[in-house]
Amino acid sequence: MIAKFTAGLAALCVLTGVSFAQGSAKPTDPQIAHIAYTAGQLDIDAAKQALAITKNNDVKAFADDMIRDHTAVNKQAIDLVTKLKVKPEDNDTSKALTKAAVDKRAELAKLSGPAFDKAYVANEVAYHKTVNGALETLLIPSASNGELKSLLQTGLKIFQGHQQHAEHVAAELK
Amino acid sequence: MTPRWILTALVLCWLDSVSAHAETIQVTIDKLVFSPTEVNAKVGDTIVWDNKDILAHTATAGNKDWDVMIGSKQTASLVLKNPGSIDYFCKFHPNMKGRVVVAP
Repeated sequence: MIAKFTAGLAALCVLTGVSFAQGSAKPTDPQIAHIAYTAGQLDIDAAKQALAITKNNDVKAFADDMIRDHTAVNKQAIDLVTKLKVKPEDNDTSKALTKAAVDKRAELAKLSGPAFDKAYVANEVAYHKTVNGALETLLIPSASNGELKSLLQTGLKIFQGHQQHAEHVAAELK
Repeated sequence: MTPRWILTALVLCWLDSVSAHAETIQVTIDKLVFSPTEVNAKVGDTIVWDNKDILAHTATAGNKDWDVMIGSKQTASLVLKNPGSIDYFCKFHPNMKGRVVVAP
């Protein structure tokens, strides 16, 4: 259990470049809600950038799928936290996720054509892998509310699907 | 020469027997799972996918025989035209898998 928790933290650290203090407390439900929502929103932003730059139909279709799915999931998340009267709470993990995504977008903005497509899709594979690792090992085990946990579990299945979808698109681009 | 009305009656009987045997098979999609995961059908049967999820899905045949889009909270159907054991998946979430075994 501790190993899993550490693995989850490590996954987030790799993604965000943030170092967690040893033995730091597990995230609370308001923080988990914020992290999950932020992760979805950042992927929507990445997809919007892709739609503005790419000319590849498979990449466009993938980006459209990401916007549609993450918008639907985040709407459900908002409905749930409203119902539970949980106020999502900003936290260092959400901040670090956002900073890493902003940096990535700046890096991708310098590319175009097939180079952009490959880099965007490769990042989508890596991003979903990391978020899935964090969901599995940290966020889902830490969630105390049953409905929040259930939403995160469905979210994990959806994002695992996205990861496979991104892997297929990446294979097509080669 | 067979009277025309007998032929018509025969055709109607045949059509009736076909429609009486063609079945509609329900597959529910809930939380990214096709259920039942595997169904048995015959050529001429209809599969109806009932998508309970907030996400759009597809039922896409691995052999590219068919590709059905199922909007969120919607149903979509397909008449099975070819026999075979067909593995299918969702294009948007390829971790969703199902199978239709279609008898001739």
